[in-house]
Amino acid sequence: MMNIAYLLNGKKEKSDIEPGMMLLDFLRSKGCHSVKCGCETTNCGLCTVWLNEKPVLSCAILAARIDGQRVTTLEGMQEEARELALYMGREGAEQCGFCNPGFVMNVLAMVREVTDPTDNEINEYLSGNLCRCTGYASHLRALHAFIKAKGAVDV
Amino acid sequence: MQIAQYTKAQSLTEAWELHQKRHSVILGGCCWLRLSPQRMIQHAIDLSALGLDTIEETDGEFRIGAMTSLRSLEVSAALECCTDGALKEALRHIVGVQFRNMATIGGSICGRFGFSDVITLLLALDADVVLYKGGRMKLEAFAATGAGTDVLTHVILSKAGRGTAYASLRLNATDFPIIACAVSGSAEAVRCAIGARPSRAVVLRAVRQDAAAQGPAKMARQWADAVSYGSNMRGSAEYRRDMAEVLCRRLLERVMGADV
Repeated sequence: MMNIAYLLNGKKEKSDIEPGMMLLDFLRSKGCHSVKCGCETTNCGLCTVWLNEKPVLSCAILAARIDGQRVTTLEGMQEEARELALYMGREGAEQCGFCNPGFVMNVLAMVREVTDPTDNEINEYLSGNLCRCTGYASHLRALHAFIKAKGAVDV
Repeated sequence: MQIAQYTKAQSLTEAWELHQKRHSVILGGCCWLRLSPQRMIQHAIDLSALGLDTIEETDGEFRIGAMTSLRSLEVSAALECCTDGALKEALRHIVGVQFRNMATIGGSICGRFGFSDVITLLLALDADVVLYKGGRMKLEAFAATGAGTDVLTHVILSKAGRGTAYASLRLNATDFPIIACAVSGSAEAVRCAIGARPSRAVVLRAVRQDAAAQGPAKMARQWADAVSYGSNMRGSAEYRRDMAEVLCRRLLERVMGADV
C-alpha cells in the first residue's frame, strides 16, 4: 500500500492505495460514478477526467500519479455540465447517454483551450470520444449552440 | 496488472540506481501499461517529480524533457515552426487529445514501437537522445539498441535549416498507421524514415544533388524498394510498399520544392 494526497473536485483528500490501481477504479471507489469504464484500451474516452485541468484517460493512468495533483470529474463540474447537457438534449445528441460524462469533460476542456473552434478543430479535439448512438452530427449542432451561447454570456 | 513497489524518484541518480535492479520499469505516460504482457512489475519508477516535462529552446536546438507530453509538443508554436508543421501532423492522429496529454516523448521512444509516428519523424529529423549515464547519442543508434538499464532524460532536436514533411496512412482516424513516412532535407542531404512497416522505422539517405538529379518519383521508388515490409490485419506487405513509395514521392516534392 502507498499513501497519496491530492485535490479531488477542489477538496483536499488522502488515501491509501495499491500501487497498481488505475485512476478509473480509484475514482469510482471514491463515489465518482460519472467516470465510466468503456474500452479500457484508451480508445473510447468514456473515462475522461481532468488532471491539473487537462483531460486524460483514467483507465490508463495509475492512481499513484495523482499524488500532489488536482483531479476533476464531472461531479465537480455540475453547473457547466448541466448547461451543456441542455443543448445536447435539445439537439438529440444523446441516446443511451453512457458516453456523456467523458464527452462533457472533454468538451469543457476544449472550450477552455480553443477559442471559437471550427468544425475541424472540434472533430479533431473530440476524436478520442466515441459515441455509438448519435452519429456525431447532433453533437456538433449542440456544441456550436453551446459555444455561441457561452460566448454571448462571456462577452 | 500488479505493481509490487512504486517509487516517485527524487533525483536522476535515485532513478538510475533503482533501474539497475531486475524487473524494474521506468514509467512514461503509462498509456499502454495495462495492455503490456508484463502483469507483475516488481518496481515501478516514476520520473514525474524530476522536472523532465519542459521544452527548452536555445539558439541552435530544442532540448525536450523525456516526460514532456505529446500534446505539449503538438501545441508548441516554436516546434511547429521549426518542423514546418510536420511534428503537429505526426502527433495529431495519435488516439485523442486525452491520450496525448498522458503519453510522453520518452515513453514513445523507449517503447520503440513499430507503429510509432514519433520515432518515424524524429529519425528523419536526425534527433539525438540524452541518457543519464550514456550521455548524448543519435536516436538512430538508440532505436536499434534501447535504453537497457540507463535512463533517457532528454531528446534534442537541432534547428539546423531544413525542410520537413510527414505523412501517414490510416484505415480510420486515431488508428495505428498502416505506413508512416517522414522526409527532411538540408542543403546537402535528404533523409527519409519509413515506419509502421509494421516493424520499427528505418532511415534512408541521399545526397541532395543526387536526389534532385533523380527526381522524386525515382528516388521514392528506390527508397521504397530498399526497405522490407510485413503483413498484418491492417495491410499487406505489398500494399505497404506501394503506399510508402507514394508517400515518399509526395514528401520529397514538398521538401525539395524548386529543386525538382
